[in-house]
Amino acid sequence: MTVTELSPTRAGTRAYKVTGPRVLRAEWAKFWSLRSSWITLGVAVVLLVALGAIASATYSPDATAQGGPPGPGSGEQDAVSLALLGVTFASLALGVLGVLLSAGEYTTGMIRSTLTAVPRRLPVLWSKAAVIGPITLVLATLGALAAFQLGTLGLDGERIALSLGDDGVLRSLAGAGLYLALVAVAGVALGVLLRSSAGAIAVLVGVLLILPGLASLLPESLYDTVSPYFPSNAGSAMYTLHQSSDALSPGAGLAVFAGWVALTLAAAAWRLRKSDA
Amino acid sequence: MIEARELTKRYGDKTVVDALSFTVKPGEVTGFLGPNGAGKSTTMRMIVGLDAPTGGSVTVNGRSYAQHTAPLHEIGSLLEAKSVHPGRSAFHHLMALAYTHGIPRRRVDEVIELAGLTSVAGKRVGAFSLGMGQRLGIAAALLGDPAIVMLDEPVNGLDPEGVLWVRKLLRSLADEGRAVMLSSHLMSETAMIADHLVIIGRGRLLADTTVDDFTREASGGGVKVASAEAGRLRSLLAGPDVTISSSSAEELLVTGRDARQIGRIAAEHGVALYELTPQTVSLEAAFMDLTRDVVEYQSHPVEAERKAA
Repeated sequence: MTVTELSPTRAGTRAYKVTGPRVLRAEWAKFWSLRSSWITLGVAVVLLVALGAIASATYSPDATAQGGPPGPGSGEQDAVSLALLGVTFASLALGVLGVLLSAGEYTTGMIRSTLTAVPRRLPVLWSKAAVIGPITLVLATLGALAAFQLGTLGLDGERIALSLGDDGVLRSLAGAGLYLALVAVAGVALGVLLRSSAGAIAVLVGVLLILPGLASLLPESLYDTVSPYFPSNAGSAMYTLHQSSDALSPGAGLAVFAGWVALTLAAAAWRLRKSDA
Repeated sequence: MIEARELTKRYGDKTVVDALSFTVKPGEVTGFLGPNGAGKSTTMRMIVGLDAPTGGSVTVNGRSYAQHTAPLHEIGSLLEAKSVHPGRSAFHHLMALAYTHGIPRRRVDEVIELAGLTSVAGKRVGAFSLGMGQRLGIAAALLGDPAIVMLDEPVNGLDPEGVLWVRKLLRSLADEGRAVMLSSHLMSETAMIADHLVIIGRGRLLADTTVDDFTREASGGGVKVASAEAGRLRSLLAGPDVTISSSSAEELLVTGRDARQIGRIAAEHGVALYELTPQTVSLEAAFMDLTRDVVEYQSHPVEAERKAA
């Protein structure tokens, strides 16, 4: 460190220091300085709002028998489930956004720059989660509200029409926002854990979309016991207005889904600390 | 100052870096040389904590890299050229690194200008040429105004003007009292920039020397003398520590006396010389000689191939 005194140009650099807030600031800047972030985020919001609005606008009471998309509810449609039809699709887009934010650094080599600047490493993971979580929470919640409000125009006069003030509506819409934000965070964690965009996206799609279908091959008694705890089912319990009897309550759904995300984050943190970059 | 002590890295049963010890001192340019696959990049990755050593240790200014509060201020590094997200602009890339340390925007603009990237700072890095990518990497290495600058093959892909720029830059950094370490597999290029040489092969230390010593040793090939009176000259030059051989009636190869001495002795005794040539081995040849047994990817001479066939 004697060199510090040798060179006059190095005066005033003593304030240089890596701190938690600074790493967060850096990750924030990194997120917004990639075009892919803007595009993926935009796609997610458009899917969320447009699909919900279209589903509500094209709703007709006679068609209910054929059932809704995979996802929320027990098959019976209400104004909220129609408005949130886009959640599944938005969750994929936001999950991919999270994966790109983290695994993208490994596939491009950026991670070497990142970890050289922050050799303690873990602050990078926490900061990525802390950046993408709130951004997606705000946008997804607003998107869900917009989808519902646009939907009420389409459902005007229908039997199933609801308003924001009705019991559980706000809770469901906020639940959808929270669910989508957690999926994005899970994407970040999977990306750090697997270090490959393709691999992490495959796991994400597998767990959210394919696992529930595959699990129906289980013996029925076992399936009934474990299926509510699958990430996708626990997640949909967070934003469903009318719970079917075998699903978790919204609070329990949140706890279980957040638990899955925390578990993935912990595994990612372990790999980040232990393995060579 | 970088100090490596018995630094070792194994991947499975393959030892990439093998009990390597060396020091990179302030105020000097240390050339880190070795053939491809010698373990240079792995060593550099261990220095900045990207890879954990299997054994031994390496410290940067007295501490392991990760323990520094402002690592980019201790050592700035350029590793493999593409440690950058191609979708981000050069400016945003540097700014993101700067934020982690609280480095002001002014400094980012400074290094962009220093690296000659001002006109392309807003362009996405994916569109950069290899040379521009190297310049960005060097800008990033200098961002934290570091006490040590460590560059892995910095002149790769640079045009002659860029090579000259790197050479001058590294010299001035060393003259400011910083420690400079650069890796290369080109001896002649490194000898022009470096003061000190650390040469490795198959992860092991082969030589830890100065460029001057290495050059002197490399040129220890004797002096070729030609004269019509070769026989007489031979006896005049004889002495302890002097060996003389001859390949023809008029030629001598003298070791143990330099060209100056030989010329003077010949003049004193009126012997006419018509050739007096110090036999230099090129640095590249000396380097290849040193690393011959440890080259990872040996190429066979064309002649030998033909005979074998």
